[in-house]
Amino acid sequence: MFDSITLGQYYQTDSLLHRLDPRVKLVGTFVYLISLFVVDSFAGYLLAGLFLAVMIMLSNVPFRYIVRGMKTIVFLLLITVVFNLFLTPGEVIWQAGIFKITREGLTFAVKMAVRLSLLILGSSIMTLTTTPTQLTDALESLLRPLKKVHVPVHEIAMMMSIALRFIPILMEETDKIMKAQIARGADFESKNIIKKIKSMVPLLVPLFISAFRRANDLAMAMEARCYRGGEGRTKMKPLVYHGRDHVAYMVLLAFFVICILTRIFF
Amino acid sequence: MGIRIDDISFEYERGTAMQVTALDHISAEIPDNQFIGLIGHTGSGKSTFVQTLNGLLKPTSGHIYYNGEDINGENFDKKKLRSDVGLVFQYPEHQLFEIDVLTDVMFGPKNLGLSDEEAKKRALEALESVHMPEKYYKSSPFDLSGGQKRRAAIAGVLAMRPKILILDEPTAGLDPKGRDSILGMISDMKKRLNMTIILVSHSMDDVARYVDRIMVMGGGKLLYDDEPVKVFRHVQELESLGLAAPQITYIMKLLKEKGLDVSTDALTVEEAAAEIMAHRRELHV
Amino acid sequence: MFSKDEGQTSMIKIQKLIHDYIKRDDEGNAAGTQRAVDGVDLDVKAGQFIAVLGHNGSGKSTLAKHLNALLFPTEGTVWVDGLDTKDEKNLWEIRREAGMVFQNPDNQIIAQVVEEDVGFGPENIGVPTEEIWQRVEYSLKTVGMWEHRKKSPNRLSGGQKQRVSIAGVIAMEPKCIILDEPTAMLDPNGRREVISAAMKLNRTKGITVILITHYMEEAINADRIIVMDRGKVAMQGTPREIFSQVDRMKELQLDVPQVTLLAHELRGMGLKIPDSILTKEELAAALLDGQTGQNIDPGEDCAKKEAAHGYQD
Repeated sequence: MFDSITLGQYYQTDSLLHRLDPRVKLVGTFVYLISLFVVDSFAGYLLAGLFLAVMIMLSNVPFRYIVRGMKTIVFLLLITVVFNLFLTPGEVIWQAGIFKITREGLTFAVKMAVRLSLLILGSSIMTLTTTPTQLTDALESLLRPLKKVHVPVHEIAMMMSIALRFIPILMEETDKIMKAQIARGADFESKNIIKKIKSMVPLLVPLFISAFRRANDLAMAMEARCYRGGEGRTKMKPLVYHGRDHVAYMVLLAFFVICILTRIFF
Repeated sequence: MGIRIDDISFEYERGTAMQVTALDHISAEIPDNQFIGLIGHTGSGKSTFVQTLNGLLKPTSGHIYYNGEDINGENFDKKKLRSDVGLVFQYPEHQLFEIDVLTDVMFGPKNLGLSDEEAKKRALEALESVHMPEKYYKSSPFDLSGGQKRRAAIAGVLAMRPKILILDEPTAGLDPKGRDSILGMISDMKKRLNMTIILVSHSMDDVARYVDRIMVMGGGKLLYDDEPVKVFRHVQELESLGLAAPQITYIMKLLKEKGLDVSTDALTVEEAAAEIMAHRRELHV
Repeated sequence: MFSKDEGQTSMIKIQKLIHDYIKRDDEGNAAGTQRAVDGVDLDVKAGQFIAVLGHNGSGKSTLAKHLNALLFPTEGTVWVDGLDTKDEKNLWEIRREAGMVFQNPDNQIIAQVVEEDVGFGPENIGVPTEEIWQRVEYSLKTVGMWEHRKKSPNRLSGGQKQRVSIAGVIAMEPKCIILDEPTAMLDPNGRREVISAAMKLNRTKGITVILITHYMEEAINADRIIVMDRGKVAMQGTPREIFSQVDRMKELQLDVPQVTLLAHELRGMGLKIPDSILTKEELAAALLDGQTGQNIDPGEDCAKKEAAHGYQD
C-alpha cells in the first residue's frame, strides 16, 4: 500500500553522477537550490534549466522514471500556480466575474512553476543517484566541524541510517497489524473523525510496542558487536575525493558565479 | 455450505515490472466441519490465499463464493464474512493492544455491534476454549508468557464465533511444549465447536496427526489436495518443493527399502510402532 | 580438520553462576527478584559444538547473554577464553571473541546493504579499511552469501538474513559463536541453511559453537548437549546419552527425535532394540538384526562418523 511513493528513490545504475562523492552531490544540490533563488530572470532560469538537463543526461536515469516520480506533486504545483495566478494584485489583463489575471500574477506564476519544478527535479537528481547510506555518510562528514561545539554528529547520522533501514519494516508491520485488526472487525475507513481517531488505537499501540521491542533488540545486537559510539571507529567505505570530485566542485563554482552575474546583468 | 473457490488468481504490483503472481488459477471447496492443513514453503502463496478467503485481498481474477454468494460482489456484507471466516495471523500476539486480556478479546464482538454484555459472554467462552487460566483474564496481555499471549490472540478471533477458522502458522516460534499444547487446543476446539479449521503450516509433522485433508501449495498453484496419507506418498515431489514429509514417513520408507515389508502410510510414532509390531507378528506366524 | 582432544583449553568456564532479574512495579521501584539462572557450572573446551536445550523460560537465553558479557553475574563467575566478564576492561575483548547471533533476523541487521552490515563489527573495533573488505569477503563467502552482498537485507529470506548475521560475527574473527535460538522464526529451509553454516564453521574453522535451540534435530550432531530447566543444568551428555532418556526429556517438556521415540515405543512393546537410537539407519539395522538374530552394536555407525570428524570422547 506504500509502494507507490517513488519520488526520488535511489535508481541503481552506473553513471558519472552515481560515482561522484556524495558530499559533492549534497553541496551541489544545496548550491543549486540557492542559485534558483539568486537568478530572477528568464535567462537565469534557462541557464538553471540547461544545467539540470545536463545533470539528468549525466545521471543515466531514464527521464520517464524521473517524470513518473514528479506525478505525485503535480497537484501541489498546480495549486501554487493557480493561487499566484489569480491572487496577485496588479495590472489586469483578463477578467471573468471575480476571477482576474494580472500581468504580475502571470509572470509570477510562471516563474514560480519553473522554480518549483527545477527545485524538485534538482533535489531528486541527488536522491536518485545517491543511496541513503551515502547521504548519511556525507552529512556526517560535512557536519563534522559541529562536533567541536558538542553536536553529536555521528550519533545523528547513525540514527538516520537506522531509521531508514527500519522504515520499510515498520511499513510492512503497519500493513500486517491493520489487516489483523480488520479481520477482527475493526473499521479504518470511518468518515467520522472521532471514530477515526479511536480506530487508530488498535493499530498504534501494537505498532509502538513492536517498535520499542525492535529498538531494544537492535541496541543489544549493536552492543554485542562492540558498538560504542563513533570514537575509535574505522570506516569500511571512507569518503575520499577523486579528481572528478574536484572538477565537479569547480563546475559548481563556475555555475554559481554565472548565476550571480545573470542576476546583475539581466 | 462453506466456501467455493472458483479459479482465482492474484498478482502483486500488477501492470508493473515488479509483477509477482502469488496465486495461479486456484479452485477448491472448503466444506463445513473439516480439519484442513494448508502446507507450502515461504512464498508459496499460502498467506495470500488465506487472505482472499475473508476478503482482505480481492483476487485479480476468479470468484470466491461463501454460502453461494460472491464475496466480492457489490452488496456483499464483508463484515459478516470476516466474523464467519476468522483469520488468525502469524504471531497474532502482535495485535494485542487492550488494557486487559478480557477487554482485548471483546474487541472483535464489539466491532460486530454486540452489546457489552453479549460481547463479554462471547469473550469468556472464547477464553475458555483456548484454555486460558481465569486468573489472567484481568492481566495486561503484555505480561503474559509467549504461549499465553498467543492463546489470548486466538481467543480474540474465536470470540467472533467464526464458522471457519484459519490459523496462519499458529506454532511459529514456540517451544515443543507450547507447540503441542496449541495444536492440542486447536484440535480439541475443532471437535467441540464443529467448525472448519484451516491450519497453515510449513511443518508436515505438526499437521499430519490432526487433519482430515492436506492442501499443498507451491509457486502459487494448488499442487495436491487430498487425504494426508495420499499426499505423503509423493515424498520426492514434496521435497523438490522445499517441503518434507513427516519424519515417520522417511523412517518407514527406509525400513521398507532395507527389506522390512511394512506399509509407509503411518503418520505418527504410535501408528508406526503398531505397523512394525504387526509386521513382526506376521513373520513369526 | 581440528582435533577435539579433551584437555584442551577452556573456551568458556562458568562457576556457580546465578542471575537474578529485578522485577519492578508500576513506579519502577524494585519489587523482588526472579532467579533466571540458578547455580550453573559449565566448562566448554575450545572447538566444541555444544547444544543447549530447554523449554521457554528455562534460563537458556539468560545464560547465553552471559557468554557475550551482555549480562553480568549476580553471583558466580564467567570466564570467556580466560577473561572474567565482570572485569570491565575485558568487555570489548570478550564481545569480539564471543560473537552472538540472536533470534529475530530483522532486529539485528543494522546497515541497509548486506556487505555494510558485515563490516559493522570490524568498523566498531577499528579494523583498517582494507582489512575490513578482506574480512567481509571472507565472511560472506564462508556463509555462502557473497553473491548477495549488494542487496538490501529487506530483500532476503529469513535464513539468508541469519546467515548475514553469522557473517557479521565471523568478520570479528571470534573464537566462539553463540547462537541464541537462531532458527526459531525460520521455515524448514531457513533452519537447514543456518544450522549447516554453523556446523561448517565448527568443523572447518575450529570455532567453538554454542547453539541454543528447542529443535531437537539441530542438536543431534552436537558434541555435547546441555539441558536447562528452571535455571539449572538438568542433564548433560552426548546426544546419544541425552536422547536415550525419553521419559526424562518428556518430563522436562522437551522432544526427542521421532526415530528415538519410535525405538522407545517399540522397546515398550517388548522388542529388543537398544535405547540409544538416533538415526533411521540405526533403527533399520537394529530391526533387521533382530530378524536375523545377529548382534550388531547400533552405535558402531555413529562411532565411525565421529572418528571421521576427529572426535574422541
